[in-house]
Amino acid sequence: MEEPTKAIKEIHPDPSATSGVHPMENLLRMERMPHIWCPTCGIGLAVTAFTAALTKANIDTNKMSIVSGIGCTGRVAGYVKLDSFHTTHGRPIAFGTGIRVANPGIKVVVFSGDGDLIAIGGNHFIHAARRNIDMLVICVNNFIYAMTGGQVAPTTPLAAYATTSPYGCVEPPFNIPYIADSAGAVYVARWTTLHVRRLTNSITEALQKTGFSVVEVISPCGMYYSRINRLGDGLDMMRFYHDNVEIRNGEDTKNLDIGFQTKIICGKFVDRERPSYMERYNQWLSEVKGARGEG
Amino acid sequence: MKANPKHVLTGVYYIDGDVASGYGAMAAGCRFIAGYPITPSTEAFEAFCRWGPQVGAMFIQMEDELGSISAVVGAVWSGIKSMTITSGPGYSLMMETIGYGAMLETPFVLLNIQRGGPSTGVPTKTGQADMMQSRWGSHGDYELIAFAPESPQEMFDYTIRAFNLAEKYRCPVMIMSDECVGHMTEKVVIPEADKIDIEPRRFYTGPPEQYLPFKPDPDLVPKMAKAGDGFKLYITGLLHDEKGHPVSNEEYSMKYVKRLVDKIRLNKDKIIELKEENTEDADIVVVSYGISSRVAVKGVEIARQRGIKVGALRLVTVWPFPDEKIAELAKKTKAFVVPEINYGQVVFDVARCVHGQSNIVLVPHGGAGVHNPADIADAIEYAAKTDKQIEGVVEFKTRLEKLVFEGGFKLKE
Repeated sequence: MEEPTKAIKEIHPDPSATSGVHPMENLLRMERMPHIWCPTCGIGLAVTAFTAALTKANIDTNKMSIVSGIGCTGRVAGYVKLDSFHTTHGRPIAFGTGIRVANPGIKVVVFSGDGDLIAIGGNHFIHAARRNIDMLVICVNNFIYAMTGGQVAPTTPLAAYATTSPYGCVEPPFNIPYIADSAGAVYVARWTTLHVRRLTNSITEALQKTGFSVVEVISPCGMYYSRINRLGDGLDMMRFYHDNVEIRNGEDTKNLDIGFQTKIICGKFVDRERPSYMERYNQWLSEVKGARGEG
Repeated sequence: MKANPKHVLTGVYYIDGDVASGYGAMAAGCRFIAGYPITPSTEAFEAFCRWGPQVGAMFIQMEDELGSISAVVGAVWSGIKSMTITSGPGYSLMMETIGYGAMLETPFVLLNIQRGGPSTGVPTKTGQADMMQSRWGSHGDYELIAFAPESPQEMFDYTIRAFNLAEKYRCPVMIMSDECVGHMTEKVVIPEADKIDIEPRRFYTGPPEQYLPFKPDPDLVPKMAKAGDGFKLYITGLLHDEKGHPVSNEEYSMKYVKRLVDKIRLNKDKIIELKEENTEDADIVVVSYGISSRVAVKGVEIARQRGIKVGALRLVTVWPFPDEKIAELAKKTKAFVVPEINYGQVVFDVARCVHGQSNIVLVPHGGAGVHNPADIADAIEYAAKTDKQIEGVVEFKTRLEKLVFEGGFKLKE
């Protein structure tokens, strides 16, 4: 393996980074590299933040399952060295619900894209939030269906182009933190892939929560979204994030709409306590059994 | 392995088929059911929700059938036995993930209480028109196992058998029951736990780093591991190699898909269950399954009173299909009569195996009701009296059809 570059050493002051071993090797399936993501794609940064958070949070990786759906972000599960499940389109939250409910010893992370979680899987998203299933959802939002070649998504900003909105998107997009908040999530944050450190901190924090936590990651899609909308390359997108992101922790989630190339509000918006599904279920069960003398 | 006495509600009951299946699931060691309410299957889900937690099982009512079956597959991979329950429209919604389950060799059981179709159809009345869907419903090529019980007692017995075969062959198993059997209330005897055989999961026991999740044993079925045990499983619906890693080449696709198909086909003698009656010297054999076989008993009785030598072959398992048995009977049988509540599904598989050696008469039914036994008797008589060889499947005209299509039928206001 090649010597790590100076940049990597700076990002990862971990001593292993200088030993010629990839700093995330214990958390990635190195035999699966190179990954399928395009140059300038933000998903890799989201994965970096996630693996860094796992190390920081000191999670027992044997007791963690990562579940992805279909799409570019859907491939994340296959690159992370946990119990990895690459499920059907839109169903990772439902699948994760099964894992979590059947074996409460397992921490479930759903890592998937906006199309997978908010379009085809939108129903599972709101219901898992309502139930407060103990699960961390990392939703990479690149505003487009990228795996299939750049079709319009329920997150595509109004007027933005996609191959199936060739005259500009006419549908208003979903505001993901607002949905998560209103449906009952206990932790909601949004960052872009420029904010790797803040994103890592948010994921670390969300991993400690009991209940349904959502971290939205705004990510550049240099190959489709940027190209069809003539937004330049990946670096231009990062510059855009740098100049147009406003950090407003605790902001009311209904103010978080994203327009085409407008200001993006990032931060931690929700951090509250609600009994999780398993807590309620077990409490109910012990009450019922107690009432019947079945202790 | 025998059933856990805590899971078995030993006793004599007077319950319907749906409830019997719920009790069967508990006895079989099912620890989790995810469901979505749909008539006429809800009683089975309700029975499990009511009694399951008393024996340490869990349930969840999901937001839709897509979620139910996904949660079931997830639960199986976290190490427990699991099941979902549905009917027609819900069954259609589950198709994608049934294929996912087959691709990942996930053992689970699906109870489909068939109702009248297509579409919303007749939710409260019976049908047998999902039989081909159970065989071919999900995209791609795979094999699975399907049972067609005919009584509440069989709903109990074959729910347990379905769990056992699911574990043995690591595949989805369908219980293709119907509204009549589901809502039929009869005596059900739940035996002592030590009389119930349970197939345990084939867990891998070696060191995690040497584990290959899709490396088959000699019987073509691989050993399973579960999430949370340090295996760092990689499970994907993409075509995958023995490690579980995605591959996309033609040669490997052939190898993998052939194994999915062969693990059922080559073991089918151990899977197929038939009930045969008086077929040895019969001129006519009635081939039936589920509620239609229950109705056919009377039809056969009437035909025998008319002096016709008629036997019966009941398909307890419909898939895999008993090709050899039908072909063997075809050599000495004048005609087959197949009553089913559809316009021809399983009958065409019978025809495929008969290979033109005997006549085949379908006794069709449009759903929302069962056959009149006299129609089955008449079809048998027609088959017995027809000496010329008729190509293809003859569709017998029933009394109800004559009423509907030849006048006299009025829709009740």
